[in-house]
Amino acid sequence: MLRSELVAKLQAEFSHLRPELVEQMATVALDQVAEALEQGRRVELRGFGAFSVRRREARQGRNPRTGATVSVAAKRVPFFKPGKELRDRVNGGDA
Amino acid sequence: MAREGEKKAGAVTRMDLAEAIVAQTGVPRADATRFTDALLQRISDALAAGETVKLARFGNFQARSKRERVGRNPKTGQEAPITPRRVVTFRPSQLLRQRVESPPSGTPRRERRD
Repeated sequence: MLRSELVAKLQAEFSHLRPELVEQMATVALDQVAEALEQGRRVELRGFGAFSVRRREARQGRNPRTGATVSVAAKRVPFFKPGKELRDRVNGGDA
Repeated sequence: MAREGEKKAGAVTRMDLAEAIVAQTGVPRADATRFTDALLQRISDALAAGETVKLARFGNFQARSKRERVGRNPKTGQEAPITPRRVVTFRPSQLLRQRVESPPSGTPRRERRD
């Protein structure tokens, strides 16, 4: 399912609202998650899962082409942990 | 294992997403709340049906199948088979990775010392 298909389903479900408005609502929701992560905050969506930011320590890496050693700086990466309800549904349960 | 990122001002919840929708679009709160639930429900439905969900500029959710493998009870050390299962993985988009990796200037960082 693509973002456009998701939005189309929501537009059908919220047909009392203008389609452009529904699209905008989806954008705001996803942007809000991204913005929270950008600020290092956790996002806990009950039943669905939690987004958090994990820190990767600095390490020595290698350029795979030249074999040269390069230092990779510490960085932060987004992480998603599915919630119990989602895990159970995906794994064949019908919660 | 990687540590959790710094925590500030509590976690963002479904209610916060709904509030942001109200603030930025002006729809009634009841619609924003229902919409937030519906958005997550639709994504869950697709994943439960085994579909991959690709949200441009945000990331991809995938329902992946894992084969049976041998695990170990960490307390007793006893081997036990882990049954085949489907799990959800999230791969953040390049854009989201970049936003999180290097926050915009002005964002307070725990590492700062001045």
